Amino acid sequence: MQTATHPSNEVSYLDYKGKYKGIFGWIFSTDHKRIGLLYMYSMLVMFVVGVGLGLAMKLELIAPGKTIMDPGTYNAVFTVHGVIMIFMIVIPGLPAVFGNFFLPIMIGAKDVSFPKLNLLSWYFYVAGALLVISSVLFGNGTPDTGWTFYAPYSFKSGTNLLPAIFGAFVLGFSSILTGLNFIVTIHRMRAPGMTWFKMPLFPWSLYGTAWIQLLATPVVGITLVLVALERIFNIGVFDPALGGDPILYQHLFWIYSHPAVYVMILPAMGAISEIIPTFSQKHIFGYRAIIASTLAIAFVGYFVWGHHMFTSGMSGTAQYTFSILTFIVAIPSAIKVFNWISTMHKGSINPEAPFLWAVSFIFVFMIGGFSGLVLGALAANVHVHDTAFVVAHFHFIVFGGVGFAFFGAIHYWFPKMFGRMYDKVWAKVGWAFFTVGFLTLYSPMFYLGMMGMPRRYYDYLPEFHAANILSSLGSWVMTFGLLIVVINLFRSAKNGPIAEMNPWNSKTLEWTVPSPPPLENFDEIPVYGEKDGPYEY
Amino acid sequence: MEHVAQHSDPHYDQEASKMGMWLFIFTELLLFGGLFIVYAIYRFMNPEAFQMAGKELNITIGAINTIILLVSSMTIAMSTSSLQKKNKGLTVLLLEITIILAVIFLINKYFEWGVKFDHGIWPGSEHLLNDLGKGEILFFGLYFVMTGLHALHIVVGLVIIVVALNKIQKGTVNADRPSLLENAGLYWHLVDLIWIFLFPLFYLIH
Ligand code: HEM
Ligand SMILES: [Cu+2]
Repeated sequence: MQTATHPSNEVSYLDYKGKYKGIFGWIFSTDHKRIGLLYMYSMLVMFVVGVGLGLAMKLELIAPGKTIMDPGTYNAVFTVHGVIMIFMIVIPGLPAVFGNFFLPIMIGAKDVSFPKLNLLSWYFYVAGALLVISSVLFGNGTPDTGWTFYAPYSFKSGTNLLPAIFGAFVLGFSSILTGLNFIVTIHRMRAPGMTWFKMPLFPWSLYGTAWIQLLATPVVGITLVLVALERIFNIGVFDPALGGDPILYQHLFWIYSHPAVYVMILPAMGAISEIIPTFSQKHIFGYRAIIASTLAIAFVGYFVWGHHMFTSGMSGTAQYTFSILTFIVAIPSAIKVFNWISTMHKGSINPEAPFLWAVSFIFVFMIGGFSGLVLGALAANVHVHDTAFVVAHFHFIVFGGVGFAFFGAIHYWFPKMFGRMYDKVWAKVGWAFFTVGFLTLYSPMFYLGMMGMPRRYYDYLPEFHAANILSSLGSWVMTFGLLIVVINLFRSAKNGPIAEMNPWNSKTLEWTVPSPPPLENFDEIPVYGEKDGPYEY
Repeated sequence: MEHVAQHSDPHYDQEASKMGMWLFIFTELLLFGGLFIVYAIYRFMNPEAFQMAGKELNITIGAINTIILLVSSMTIAMSTSSLQKKNKGLTVLLLEITIILAVIFLINKYFEWGVKFDHGIWPGSEHLLNDLGKGEILFFGLYFVMTGLHALHIVVGLVIIVVALNKIQKGTVNADRPSLLENAGLYWHLVDLIWIFLFPLFYLIH
């Protein structure tokens, strides 16, 4: 055990009193841990709104015809739901919360390279979120284009789109700055002796992610700017009436937005790669293969965007190419699944809540991945494109992937972040309801899509009724599980039993500092020796 | 406690700030890269219209602005090395020249756009939409967007240079802590570089 020597390290980051008091001690704090929590709380607020909108849609779809809202409202609801969930929840997702909180500690640093820039990223996040919200509250009509802002409707629609588009741009800027900060931090601030191949896998995944954030986000940024200018000035670039090409918009949008799905999933995979070895008490299987597949995903992910546009009008050659590349990009993901399973093999499994979330992550992620192959196959895609099948696919991957990994990560790191342990029984109960509800909610959508139910409609044919009832029921069960999880965590953060420094017997550096960590994390920067490594059990 | 005494400011890492700037430059390149792709595609689709419309632009002003930017890139580079040589007076002078050149660039731009406006050409103008073809609409649409975005970058660069100048005068940016000036220089070279591509694409290819 270390004894605190630095004056600033005598109390935890939660109790530390700096220049500013009260709430200002948080919103002016450049401490990476506080910033991580700022992100977490602001994301929670937006998540509640997003879930509420999701539930509203499911209630609307519980019966054919109008149930609680008219078609225009439904369009607005799925648009705002999508914009919130994608740009404010899953893209910042694990990097903004756990990346900020744990990246420096896991690599043995006192903070990120640019702490002020880090805080600025959060300000941008809040500004972007407020802009999007303002598009709902003011102006004539809530945006109704879908989160994809497809041309030409995005500059023909009379609704209040400009703030939403600008908000998405600002959120992108926040994401770029976080990525930039992480890359420099990982290059410059690893503890002495921690070579690249001794670095834990979560920082590795953040590294791959950061490059995507940095290199893909500006493309969608400029594309959104062009749409905005099209709305204000009629510049013509995406307007067929003025010579522009709306399909070009789709290309530019997906050149970012496909890599963006890896911004969402890579850190999730990174967190899973920490949880599985800890709860198997075993060295991770295929450490280098996981790193290689992370980088392969980050790279190949740039070349598959066309699979969102198979029915938009593309040459046959382009279609075949994008289809084959899409199959190829599935391979590195499969490698990771193989590695996680092999890590568990003959390990001493400790089925705590984080492990349950991790295993169910693998399950839903695989279903999502396989349905992705269905969508990547040309003939099948034409059949199910723009149906409920796609909605099921991306919820399994995005919500299943990022959501389950996020909950796994919070249950894993919670004792470190708050110094207290949650109620383990309630954690498992919440997990069970959530998982059952999740599967009931989204599995029927695969069936519905294959039977031909289109997405983004408030209505459907009577023959789709039964499966829709089941799905809506699932949404309630899942939300119930979600409530249990969140309430359990909130109560335990205040009143839970004091947690040990390393309750799961993990080997990574964040478990060597006190819980909750002091302001500067370490009194002495740790040194990695020849034999040290993140997974030496 | 010992190592606290050794480094007066443990958070200052010159390599890190340079690296951060380079990464930011990558994002800027991709931002403009998106626009260059759009340009390339529409030029490919409307070769004649782009050629005709390009003749409307004033090569002389464009060339003068190119020279201005090149010279300003040189002066800011020289200011960096004179800061290293601890010649504060010269550094300040060179930065002031850079600022003046940047302002002249913007003034030229202002007159250039003004002439277009006098001819009734601006994004969405009636003359453009009614009398000119689709290729011309796209050309001028892109012209205003790309040179406009570039001008915006000039303004941002100007602000950074002014801040750097201020801090050099105060002494907080100096030979031991030159990062801000170096980064301002890098950014300014980027702005210059982008113009080096914009100039031939819009003014020269006929
Ligand atoms: C209680 C939770 C949720 C429910 C009940 C839910 C339900 C739905 C429904 C019914 C749709 C509309 C389908 C259509 O008619 O086209 C939808 C769309 C969507 N959802 Fe969710 N969802 C939930 C959580 C999430 C999460 C966590 C994410 C992101 C990670 C997400 C991302 C999206 C996206 C991107 C769309 C597409 C929006 C669009 O078409 O523009 N959802 N969701
Ligand atoms: Cu994709």
